[in-house]
Order: sequence, then C-alpha cells, then structure tokens
Amino acid sequence: MTHTAHFKVWRGDAEGGGLADYDIEVNEGEVVLDIIHRLQATQAPDLAVRWNCKAGKCGSCSAEINGRPRLLCMTRMSVFDPAETVTVTPMRAFPVMRDLVTDVSFNYTKAREVPAFVPPPELEPGEYRMMQEDVGRSQEFRKCIECFLCQDTCHVVRDHEENKPAFAGPRFLMRVAELDMHPLDAAAESGLDRKRTAQEEHGLGYCNITKCCTEVCPENIKITDNALIPLKERAADRKYDPLVWLGNKIRRRGE
Amino acid sequence: MTQPERQAWDVVVVGAGGAGLRAAIEAREQGARTAVICKSLFGKAHTVMAEGGIAASMGNVNEGDNWQVHFRDTMRGGKFLNDWRMAELHAREAPDRVWELETWGALFDRTADGRISQRNFGGHEYPRLAHVGDRTGLELIRTLQQKIVSLQQEDFREFGDHEARLKVFQECTITRVLKDESRGEDGGAVSGVFAYERESGRFFVIESPAVVLATGGIGKSFKVTSNSWEYTGDGHALALLAGARLTNMEFVQFHPTGMVWPPSVKGILVTESVRGDGGVLRNSDGKRFMFDYVPDVFKDKYAKTEEEGDRWYEDADNNRRPPELLPRDEVARAINAEVKAGRGSPHGGVFLDVSTRMPAETIRRRLPSMHHQFKELADVDITAEPMEVGPTCHYVMGGVWVEPDTAQARGVTGLYAAGEVAGGMHGSNRLGGNSLSDLLVFGRRAGLHAAQYALGLGGGRPAVDPGTVDAAADEALRPFSAGAGAGEQTAGDSGENPYTLHQELQTTMNDLVGIIRRGGEMTEALQQLARLRARARRAGVEGHRQFNPGWHLALDLRNMLLVSECVARAALEREESRGGHTREDHPEMDRQWRRVNLLCRLADGGDDTPFGKEPAGDAAAGPGRGRIELVRHTTPHIRRDLLALFEKDELAKYLPDEELFQ
Ligand SMILES: Cc1cc2nc3c(=O)[nH]c(=O)nc-3n(C[C@H](O)[C@H](O)[C@H](O)COP(=O)(O)OP(=O)(O)OC[C@H]3O[C@@H](n4cnc5c(N)ncnc54)[C@H](O)[C@@H]3O)c2cc1C
Ligand code: SF4
Ligand code: SF4
Ligand code: FES
Repeated sequence: MTHTAHFKVWRGDAEGGGLADYDIEVNEGEVVLDIIHRLQATQAPDLAVRWNCKAGKCGSCSAEINGRPRLLCMTRMSVFDPAETVTVTPMRAFPVMRDLVTDVSFNYTKAREVPAFVPPPELEPGEYRMMQEDVGRSQEFRKCIECFLCQDTCHVVRDHEENKPAFAGPRFLMRVAELDMHPLDAAAESGLDRKRTAQEEHGLGYCNITKCCTEVCPENIKITDNALIPLKERAADRKYDPLVWLGNKIRRRGE
Repeated sequence: MTQPERQAWDVVVVGAGGAGLRAAIEAREQGARTAVICKSLFGKAHTVMAEGGIAASMGNVNEGDNWQVHFRDTMRGGKFLNDWRMAELHAREAPDRVWELETWGALFDRTADGRISQRNFGGHEYPRLAHVGDRTGLELIRTLQQKIVSLQQEDFREFGDHEARLKVFQECTITRVLKDESRGEDGGAVSGVFAYERESGRFFVIESPAVVLATGGIGKSFKVTSNSWEYTGDGHALALLAGARLTNMEFVQFHPTGMVWPPSVKGILVTESVRGDGGVLRNSDGKRFMFDYVPDVFKDKYAKTEEEGDRWYEDADNNRRPPELLPRDEVARAINAEVKAGRGSPHGGVFLDVSTRMPAETIRRRLPSMHHQFKELADVDITAEPMEVGPTCHYVMGGVWVEPDTAQARGVTGLYAAGEVAGGMHGSNRLGGNSLSDLLVFGRRAGLHAAQYALGLGGGRPAVDPGTVDAAADEALRPFSAGAGAGEQTAGDSGENPYTLHQELQTTMNDLVGIIRRGGEMTEALQQLARLRARARRAGVEGHRQFNPGWHLALDLRNMLLVSECVARAALEREESRGGHTREDHPEMDRQWRRVNLLCRLADGGDDTPFGKEPAGDAAAGPGRGRIELVRHTTPHIRRDLLALFEKDELAKYLPDEELFQ
C-alpha cells in the first residue's frame, strides 16, 4: 500500500520563491501533513509549516492544496490519484513569512475590532439561564477553529489588498453575528448596535453572498446562510428600510 | 556578542493555554503589566484539543453534588497521593471559575431549565462535567482569548494602545528562565526570560521579577500520544534548570482510548464522553470485558451486571455505574491485558461501540467531533460500526513542586507554575475533566500571587546579568555549529539529525517506560537516554534561523531528554503500582508508599550547557551519570476534617496505619 508520490511545495520567503519538487513515500491512511513531516525528516529539515494538533481541532495547518484552501492534517492522500502531482502552497490572501507559513496578523487585528461580549449587569455569575434552542445558533459559530481558510478564500480580500482595512472577512462578520444572537449579550443596552456596526464598521456590505467561505470551512459551519445573510437582514431591518424589510419577510415566508 | 533587545514587564506568563491565559487575565486585573509568550499562534494552545468537559460540582444535574464529593472523587482517582490542599482548593473553587466564563461569553450546553448541563465521566460520582458537545477546550480557550481581547480593548480606550498592559508574544519560545543569584532564597530570584522569535530567529530578553510557567505537558517524548508538537516538556525543564524540583514524575497517564488505525493517526484521542454517554468496550469475542477488571478498592461502587450498568444511565440513584467508567488507569490496563491475551481487534486495540447503543442522530449531536474525526481520518462511520481503540500517552500528573495556595515553585523566588506543568493536584492519576478546572483554579491563583509579588517589590527588582544572556544565546545557537559542543566536529559533519534523535527517544520511552513497566527495562532506558543525550549535544541543523523547524526541534531535545530522565528515574525508584504507574515486577499498591513523594532535581553538573557552572567533560555525558537526582519527601498528613469525609474502611485501603490513627 506504499507508493511514491510527486510533490511540489512552495519554498521561499517574503523576498520571493518558487515550487520545489520532491518524490516521497506515501503509506496507507496518511494525510498531506504526514508527507510534509516526512519531507522535513528526510529531505528538507528546514521546511517551514505550522501545525499543532494534527486532528483538525486547532486550525494551524491551513494552506492550499492544488489551489484549494484546506487543512493539511485533514486532507487524506487517498483523495488524490497516486500518479497525480500534489502541489502545496501557502494561503494566498496573506503575506508569506516562509515556505508554507503566512503572516495571519490581519485576522488578529480584525478580531480586536469587534467589541466584546457585554455581560448583563443585573446577573451575577451562576445566575445565567439560557435555553438550548436559544444558544444553538451562536454555538454553531463558536465551532470555528480560526483556521482562516474562509478569510483566505473570500474574493473580497483574496486578490484585493485594498479592501482589507474596511472588511472584517467572513470569520469576524460571523463573530458579530454570534454576539448579536447571544441570548444575554447586553450590547444594545450599553448603546452598541451590533447590526449597524456590522454594516458600517466591519464591511458587511462588501459580501455578496457567494458562499465560497462556507464551502471551504472545515467545521462545516454555514457561514453565509446562518450568519451573514441573517446579519444582513437584521442590519437592513435596523436601517428602517421598509421595502427591504418587507421584501425579506415575504421571501422568507415563501421559501 | 551583541546583547539582544530587552523589554520590561511586571509579570511574564509562559504559555497561552487555559492556565496561562487565566493567569494573565488575573495578573492584568491586579494591575500588573503582563506579557504572555507562546510557541504557537494565539488561540491554538493544546487546551483547544480538550473534548469532554470541565469538572465542577455545580450540582445542576444532580443536586447531591458538592465540593466535598468532588474532593473525594479526586483523591480516590489519584489513589490518595494527591496534594490534598490542592485537591481541596480545586474542588471548592471550580464552580466559580466555570460560572465566571459565562460572564465572559462562554456558551455551554444547557439543562432543560436553562442552567449549564453536566455530563458523566469516569471516576466522578455525579454528572459533573460542563461541556460544549465534544469541543469544550475550544470553548474554553476562545472564551479566555476573547476576554484578553476585551481587556486590550479597554486599554485601547484608556491609553490608545491595545498592548499597553497586556501583550501576547505569539510564536516565541522561551529557552531559559534567568535569575539574579544575589537575591531571594538560596538559589537566587527570577529576573526574566530568554526567548527566540520563531519567525525571525531573533533573540530577546524580557526582564520581569515574576514568571508563571503554564507550558502544558510532555507527551511528545512518547511515540503513541494524543499530544501536539508543543508538548516537549519545556516548562518542566525550564523549572529544573532554574533550580525548582519536580514531583510525581513517574505518573504519566495513558488514556485508554486513542485511535489505533490508520498508523498515521495512531494515538489521536477518542474522548471519554463516548463512554460517559453510553459507549461500551468489547473484545474480539464481543464480550464487555470491563466487568472482569473491577479492582477491589472499587468493587462496591460499580455495577456487577450489564443490566445494572445500563439502568444507571437513566437512574443513577438506584444503580451503580458501568465499569467502563472506572478511572483511566484501570481501563487502560484492562485494554492492554485483553490485547495481550489475544482478544484484541484487527489493528491491536479493542472495540468501542456507540452504534448499537444510541440512535445515529443522537451520536451525531452529542459526539460531533468524534463522528467527524473517524469519518475523515479512518473511513469509519461510528453511527454504524464500532471504533478500534487502544491506550495513548495523554497527560503527565507530575510537574513543578508548588506551594498549593500561591502556585509558587517551592524554593524559587518569583517562579510560579500552573496547569499541566504543575504537579501534585492529581496525585497518581487524573480524573477526566479535572484538568480544565485545574487550569482555571490554579491559573488564577498563579496570576494573582505573581502580580502581588511583582508589584510589592517596588523599584528594587532582581537584575538580568548580561553573562547569563550570552550563555543562553550560545546554547541556543549551538545546533548551527553541530558537534562543536562536544569538541569532535570534523569538516562536512553536519551533526546528528534532530528528527532521528527525537524518533529514537520516543521509541525508548514508549517501549521501556510505557504503560506497563519493568525494572530491567527502565535501567536500560536510562542508559539509552544517556547515549541519546551525548548524541543530542551534536544535533545539527541546516539552513538559517528564520522559521526553521529543525532548529526548534534540536532545542526542544534538551527539554525532552531532561524530562524523560525524570520519568524513568522516578518510575524505577517507585517499587509499587499506583494510578498511572504500573510495575509488572511490583504489581500491588503499597500503603507505605502513600506518603512518599519522589522529587527530581538537577544533579550537580547536570546543566551541561554553556550555562552550567561545571564544564561538562565526557564523564558528564557518559551513561553512568545522569543529570537528575531523586530526593524522597514525606507528604504532610491529610487534614482531619478532610479525612472525615471518607469511611474508615475505605481509608484503610490507602493509608498506612500510623496515618489512620494519627
Ligand atoms: C486530546 C485531548 C483531550 C483532552 N480532553 C480533556 C477534557 O475533556 N477535560 C480535561 O479536563 N482535560 C482534557 N485534556 C487535558 C487538557 O487539555 C490539558 O491538560 C490542558 O489543556 C493543559 O493546559 P495548559 O494550560 O496547562 O497548557 P496548554 O494548553 O498545553 O498550553 C501550553 C502553552 O505553553 C506554550 N509553551 C510551551 N512551551 C513553551 C516555551 N518553551 N516557550 C513559550 N511558550 C511555550 C504553548 O505554546 C502553549 O501556549 C485533554 C488533552 C488532550 C490531549
Ligand atoms: S459569502 Fe461573502 S464572506 Fe463568504 S466568500 Fe462570499 S463574499 Fe466572502
Ligand atoms: S469559519 Fe470555518 S473556515 Fe472560517 S476560520 Fe472558522 S473554521 Fe475556519
Ligand atoms: S494541525 Fe490542528 S488543524 Fe491541522
């Protein structure tokens, strides 16, 4: 069950680089990250790659395999034809640091721009009561492992550096939605309108619901349908545009 | 050599897992300017992998629960070797630590009346684990991460700088805790840390009188493990090198259920919630073998028949729990024995089955990550067929020997430790769910006391000596001139391959100091470790300092070798079987060992680096000499009111007579 596979791996740094060729052994049941590790141990000890858990839980090992944003540790070699060349490149939307490692600080900057959960002032710790059906929606978004693959794939920033300042990206728009749907978030009482800020400060308007982000999400979170579209509806609602509001209501009933 | 850049902070927290982040939040809230340093990206620490839940006796599902019951379970699980004061603090404070997470935005699964739901787990008398499906660790880390961000947002409003009082240095590695020999207790006081940035390879120094170690565990010294690459025992080694002692290092937890197939995923965890929610273990004859493995001390606490065990899930008050939920050490040994007896599964494990126990829909809802993990990685649909599982190295009970109330490393002024890197709390075996609560309880305490100490010092802080900074830099650069350290470099010799050394180390520990231990094998392990140590001095790397994983590994080897020697030495010394430590040549638990703690410390000349006081000759690297020496310490008597929580009969199984009648 062992075969030799042909790999092309991007090697280089901020100054530039290119694809390097490797022939490398592949065994049954292995994932792409296993192969990268074997390259490190046998042919390229200084090949840079991020990883932690090797179980799809930490979101560290994001890269592009044959051009598609994926987790290296959750991509099995068996999905490729043994004769096929497997090309591994760093995430394109972020600046390269070295080899497969990119500078993802954009995401941490965006995370800081979303105002935190506001605890309800009248409740002490231990007094929170929430029903499962009410937390379920936000819980789906909290499955996010911050692999930033959705950020990488979204066309608003993928090849448009100029949009980065104004656009939080699907992961952090989803964070706004998560807080907005949190049953006990007291942002509104404190004068913060999350829906409005989604539109005005985090660039929700740039999203034209192509759903590319949803397609690459390794946690299968329905980012577009469950977070972005409802957020758009709620934001529109907030802007007191009766026509949009009515239109949404009617469409939803008709669905 | 030019001196690396320096910065000054009040408190440095090494590690951004549950313990580190909780410590940092506390230190910052106490008013200390706090720096957090971690090897990977912020939000990716090992804690993110925790699945089953966090133990706290909130009593939301069964009102009978309270801190005393939790304390009892913890002591039983650890076979009474636990530092009882830590176990007490942990049981008392865990509920507050969980509730506080809700005020920071955590969303746990709920009970029907809207409170935090709690699930059953091995060794816990009542449903006690707060959880979010099977991704509790992710919820924990994200909540703490977002709390840190919210504190940074506050600082931004106040100072116009997010990082004015709380900064995360991500992808940086600490290789030395620095000390000022002229201050503090006999060994000097902590004055800062030496670090390199992974991206650039650049060195830097943080001057700080208080350092909190929260670096997690050591699993990467074993071949089959559920742990991530970060688990190279850095904090354990940093503490040793800074003069601290480690306790209970012989106790390593092998989780009974790791994946066994395919080989590349061998060791990845299968959460205990699978059993807590109704999953059963079967051998190749289809038999639920755990009924044959209930040890005497637990005989009257577990179901005798499958029927009773099954009834317990619905009616816990009138039935006893199934033996699949025995503490982990018992289950791991049982699986090991079944496989050895030829009743294993095709790939050398046993079967863990939920498919015949619950509807597919329930499995997908309650165990979503397990469902996903098996489908993606093993082509197994757990709603339709059993999983194959076997033991995997999971957790180290041993760690830095700390003061229970303050989390200060005993005898080292300014050094604190919390989380998996600290020892004592779990005794000889940790119960599932007790780690996440431990992180929060002692993370908070460490942050609190570190901040108070640092702020209380005023201006007169311990100083960083440029000489030690140079030594730390020399040590970190050694792999680029492989062999030079041992004085035997020849032209064109690029030294030992660090990856090869690492693999050999993992095989040694796995095979010779693994789940079932024998005196002779451990002696051999110590010899092999000494040889590996000599070779590791010549570990060489190619390329440059920029994000170079070969270099990082070469530096981590020092830590793994030190820690592995602690495990092997202590395990050889303890001639009994207890919790995570099983001796085939001493199979019984011996009450006389109950009060013996084995402490590991660096031997004279054990620091065979540019740092060490005694230059290391060949003798120091030779197999005869180790870098670690053991000291026996007698643990204090358990406080009377805590002892009174147990029946005399039960205590008689664990405590020597003189303690019983104290
Ligand atoms: C698969 C799995 C499932 C688990 N499930 C549960 C569960 O359900 N319930 C439970 O209670 N426990 C569980 N555990 C155990 C628990 O997750 C760990 O014990 C716990 O998360 C350890 O947390 P920590 O804060 O001590 O360290 P970690 O979260 O491991 O963090 C360590 C930090 O230290 C940093 N670090 C390490 N060395 C250095 C260095 N030299 N320089 C700078 N930074 C450094 C790392 O980068 C990291 O940020 C599980 C463990 C595993 C492996
Ligand atoms: S749905 Fe919106 S956020 Fe997602 S990829 Fe498309 S444009 Fe980007
Ligand atoms: S939403 Fe999905 S794709 Fe985006 S960062 Fe989170 S886990 Fe990754
Ligand atoms: S290594 Fe953690 S998601 Fe791949």
